[in-house]
Amino acid sequence: MIEVQNLSKSYADKLAVRDVSFSVEKGEILGFLGPNGAGKTTTMRIITGFMPATSGTVTVAGYDVFSQSLEARKRIGYLPETVPLYPEMTVEAYLKFVARLKGLPSSRIGERLEYALDACQIKDVRGKLVSKLSKGYKQRVGIAQALIHDPDVIILDEPTVGLDPKQINETRQLIKGLGGQHTIVLSTHILPEVSMTCGRVVIISNGQVAAEDTPENLTKRLQGRDRVQLEAKAPRRELVDALKVVPGVTHVSAEDVDGGRVRCEIEGTGKRDVRSELAATVVGKGWSLLELRAASMSLEEIFLKLTTREEEAA
Amino acid sequence: MKDAPGLAVEPDPTQAPAEADEAETTAAERRRARRTAARTRGASSRTRTLASYPLRNIGTIAGRELYSLFASPIAYLVIAFFLVMNGYLFSIILFNSQQASMSTSFADMAIILLFLAPSITMRLLSEEQRSGTIELLLTSPLRESELVLGKWLGAMGFYLVMLALTLPYPLFLLKYGSPDLGQVAGGYVGIILVGGVFLAIGLFISSLTQNQIIALAASIGVLLVLWLFQGAGQSFGSGGGASLAQYLALAPHFDSFTSGNIRLNDLVYYLSLIVIALFLAVRSVETRRWR
Ligand SMILES: Nc1ncnc2c1ncn2[C@@H]1O[C@H](COP(=O)(O)OP(=O)(O)OP(=O)(O)O)[C@@H](O)[C@H]1O
Ligand SMILES: [Mg+2]
Repeated sequence: MIEVQNLSKSYADKLAVRDVSFSVEKGEILGFLGPNGAGKTTTMRIITGFMPATSGTVTVAGYDVFSQSLEARKRIGYLPETVPLYPEMTVEAYLKFVARLKGLPSSRIGERLEYALDACQIKDVRGKLVSKLSKGYKQRVGIAQALIHDPDVIILDEPTVGLDPKQINETRQLIKGLGGQHTIVLSTHILPEVSMTCGRVVIISNGQVAAEDTPENLTKRLQGRDRVQLEAKAPRRELVDALKVVPGVTHVSAEDVDGGRVRCEIEGTGKRDVRSELAATVVGKGWSLLELRAASMSLEEIFLKLTTREEEAA
Repeated sequence: MKDAPGLAVEPDPTQAPAEADEAETTAAERRRARRTAARTRGASSRTRTLASYPLRNIGTIAGRELYSLFASPIAYLVIAFFLVMNGYLFSIILFNSQQASMSTSFADMAIILLFLAPSITMRLLSEEQRSGTIELLLTSPLRESELVLGKWLGAMGFYLVMLALTLPYPLFLLKYGSPDLGQVAGGYVGIILVGGVFLAIGLFISSLTQNQIIALAASIGVLLVLWLFQGAGQSFGSGGGASLAQYLALAPHFDSFTSGNIRLNDLVYYLSLIVIALFLAVRSVETRRWR
């Protein structure tokens, strides 16, 4: 349904997106995950036809978003980062306007309006001025606006930003429910968000795709997150026993290297950084610590940059 | 893709022909397709129901613009100011000249408009850029020309309402005197065209900035220069320079309308200014995408 091929975009002299390729199948919900400034918004703006790419191609439902732009745009619903609202309009007038703008036949506007009001739970504010709505309600009107014309593809740029935990949950349920009928791409910098809503994740960092997988597989790969390498001058057996009891450590493997040194691979739960405690343990036993470092993968660094705190949503 | 190896990428060709034969279907078939689409809501029938009609798009934009204009207090201030100023000048002129004529009133009206039109146009495109609604507009199946025309027509609609409220003046003259109706009609045609030019230029300028106040100031400045170009020409002395300035300036073309003998070249002059300004606005919105 969406094909992004070798997409690059530079602003003035800055390369914001470089050589990004991915595709989204019909009915799929794809999470577009990346830290601030990664290029999520830029990529989405190109997919939706708001701005042209510097190089590369994007097709939506078989239409090139640049050369067959109008055809592609008819099939896309888009919630930009800043919700495009007219404060002086009522919710209902605004949604009708968007429906007409997107080319929905007049005969279907009534039905789709009711559907969108219902799906986004904004029926009770339909007659209110947009300027009088709370942030959460504005966001919902923004989502309603993106689905009102029953588009094949829905692009949502950080749809849960600024919502309270209850609303976040509701919005995720709504998005989940839209999957299957619509093809959805949503961007976020919140890691748990993608595992809750998306069938597949593309991680983008520094304008490049860093990884692409299902949330489950990514979580598995992430379990290597707290892998630590340690080298010390110590008796192997005792060293292993001492390290095993450090809180948060799940597994320790060790091998002798010449010169009486031992090299250990330590795996943690990933919930906390065990390195300082490991160091304290080794030094406390009177052994000499030669090396201690996180066995870092590039993916891990990206994840560390992602906001993972989400206690509120639980 | 890894986890869904069986799913082929949606092939483009199946979509394109579907669009092609849509053009050949009769209206009845299309209506039927629409009903089916409403029932099944499948992806392919969904795409079928969406077509783009330029007039509908222009109407949608113009309609929303009117909605917003009349929802804003500034609009009523503009109307009130326009009517009060005009009423005041109209009665002074009438009192002093003791003639049932509106030609001087129209010239005054144009000057008032020169300051008021920019306050109508200042937000037209600049506000869309500032608030981010431009992202909605430019990602909708809408051509830039449709957007610009819709905006201009919306502003024109507002202007015509405002102008209609001045109709009591000629009616008053008609009741107590015998005005030259040709002159009055010509004056209205002229003032509508001049207003159209002001609004088109203001619209173009509002496409250049996100800041309404800059759009307002720049529009008033540009309109003043265009209106008074004539004076500048005269200071070059007579000859080619002066007559060129005379031709380019807005004001000299206005007289033929209020005198009741509309000259074709004045009509063409105003219409081409409108077209040029709207064209520039379209180009300006188009190049926005590339920035
Ligand atoms: N209009 C612009 N002009 C110049 N540079 C820009 C523009 N928009 C974005 N950038 C730059 O391009 C890079 C990618 O920005 P983008 O907005 O796509 O990131 P993002 O992933 O959406 O970030 P965020 O999570 O903060 O929304 C950033 O470095 C940003 O500074
Ligand atoms: Mg962004």
